[in-house]
Amino acid sequence: MAFLEIESVRKSFGAQHVVQNFDLAIKRGEFVSFLGPSGCGKTTTLRMVAGFEAPSAGKIRIDDKDVTQLRPNQRHVGMVFQSYALFPNMTVADNVGFGLKVAKKPAAEIRPRVEEMLRLIKLPALGSRYPSQLSGGQQQRVALARALAVKPQVLLLDEPLSALDAKIRVSLREEIRTVQRELGITTVYVTHDQEEALSMSDRIVVMNEGKVEQIGTPFEIYNFPRTRFVASFVGTLNIMRGRVVDPAAGKIEVDGQPIVAAQGVAGAQAGEQRAVALRPEAVTLDQATGDRNRMQGLIEEVSFLGAVVRIRVRFKESAISLDTFNNPNVPPPGRGQPATVSFARADLLVLEGAPGA
Amino acid sequence: MKQSKIGAWIALVVGALYFVVPLIGTFEFSLRMRRGAYSFDAYRVVLTDPRFQATFGYSTVLAFATIVVGVVLVVPTAYWIQLRLPRLRPIVEFITLLPLVIPAIVLVFGYLRIYGSSSLLPMTSNERATDVLLMFSYVTLALPYMYRAVDTGLRSIDVRTLTEAAESLGAGWATILFKVIFPNVRVAVLSGAFLTFAIVIGEFTMASLLDRPAFGPYLQLIGANRAYEPSALAIIAFIVTWACMGLLQVFGRGTKALAAPAPGRVK
Repeated sequence: MAFLEIESVRKSFGAQHVVQNFDLAIKRGEFVSFLGPSGCGKTTTLRMVAGFEAPSAGKIRIDDKDVTQLRPNQRHVGMVFQSYALFPNMTVADNVGFGLKVAKKPAAEIRPRVEEMLRLIKLPALGSRYPSQLSGGQQQRVALARALAVKPQVLLLDEPLSALDAKIRVSLREEIRTVQRELGITTVYVTHDQEEALSMSDRIVVMNEGKVEQIGTPFEIYNFPRTRFVASFVGTLNIMRGRVVDPAAGKIEVDGQPIVAAQGVAGAQAGEQRAVALRPEAVTLDQATGDRNRMQGLIEEVSFLGAVVRIRVRFKESAISLDTFNNPNVPPPGRGQPATVSFARADLLVLEGAPGA
Repeated sequence: MKQSKIGAWIALVVGALYFVVPLIGTFEFSLRMRRGAYSFDAYRVVLTDPRFQATFGYSTVLAFATIVVGVVLVVPTAYWIQLRLPRLRPIVEFITLLPLVIPAIVLVFGYLRIYGSSSLLPMTSNERATDVLLMFSYVTLALPYMYRAVDTGLRSIDVRTLTEAAESLGAGWATILFKVIFPNVRVAVLSGAFLTFAIVIGEFTMASLLDRPAFGPYLQLIGANRAYEPSALAIIAFIVTWACMGLLQVFGRGTKALAAPAPGRVK
């Protein structure tokens, strides 16, 4: 049964519809990420769950209770902000204990809870410091502890790692996930970073222009994107212009070269233009035999990235990028050389809609 | 030394002389009360004058009342405008600037017309009510300084996010305002408070026309009838103003230390 339900929620600012018919049911203890580019409505949706924005239509339920009309301080949700939002005039311990003080908990209860939270975020000795005396990563951990101290029903995180440098981001996202699992708290996480969403989430909601494009597990979202937007936004993707030859058999032509999609081309007519997509890691540079698709072209670009060498092969209109591991005994091919690439039929994704749509 | 630096030094020295020379002149003159010798006689006369003590005490009490009412009026207003009504900011800024544009004498005649003894709300009919009217007129007079100081303080913090963070932790408006927002704009509020104090202590027009025993009319009275005492009073008023500025710096430094990153920050 769903613990957090977002039912047909819409949000408009004047004539601008920033969230359109958003439906989602989140199970207790689940970690769900809203992923999308800036302005796609993910933060607005989160803010509606928190109570900072009122939906134009629809309902939000937490644990079967309609909270749509409740004020943020009545919803019992914890929020972590991108800018940390720690109270500068209070020490770390006071920040963490703020919600408990507001709830008029006795001091004998607040102190051990604050200590427990500081231990949880691995900053037990920093309770007497002020936020300005902490690094960005430490401040965000304190913000997490502060949000969790009041034992909220739902934890909401609005791009909490965006302001941190890459190394801290990676370690902190692991910490957040560990803490979330330990406490079993239902969590909604907003991010525009696909790596963050893929590595942390039980499920991902990919959003674009106020609409939900796809909801699925990281595995489903990455491997089976349903729309061109999801395919291009999540991971690196080669998108080529294809012409459907035989929809039932999955036969397609790209720049005059025949290839086959294992799952067929559902709902397409022969002669129809379709975008076909391939992940770089699905493509190899070889003379493969068997039933793998093969295409021939010229090597247009070779980028040496250290452990990986990225090669772009141009056909006519379309091109494909593929990654190969660096091998010190085999130098990368030179530009302008003819090359044959191959990929499994099952790896070829035929996207909904015409190319360029 | 570069030519631009020399120019800057010359400008600084000329500016300093422009301000310091009259001050030194006034101070030197205030010491000449005793014929043929420098003395603090003028200061002694002024400080022991019961009217000085009464008027200074009256203006000080009124200044504190003005500060309290000003803070209670301005802080929630500026906070609400920053948080919910940013579109109203230009209108409110315009309104708060009006006391700088409209002369005090025009304001006080307006008050007398609206709150005079024959009006619906006769606030000049007894002394206490007139004191209240004078205090509110001082609130108006200090509004440009108090509002700007508080608004600048609010702009320096992320009011919206701090409010939302406190709200999500269960806090109501009173808790947010007094526990979260107010402590973080303390220096700005103090800045507005000290400016208000300095304005009220020296204000003449309103107190004089409302016939209240404030320090401003006393300064004018002494200035019109005595020779050395007005200079002593000017120096005393100057010291009071600078003491306010000094206190502002002291309080400001305390908060800056709080906001400064600690050495050896761990990334």
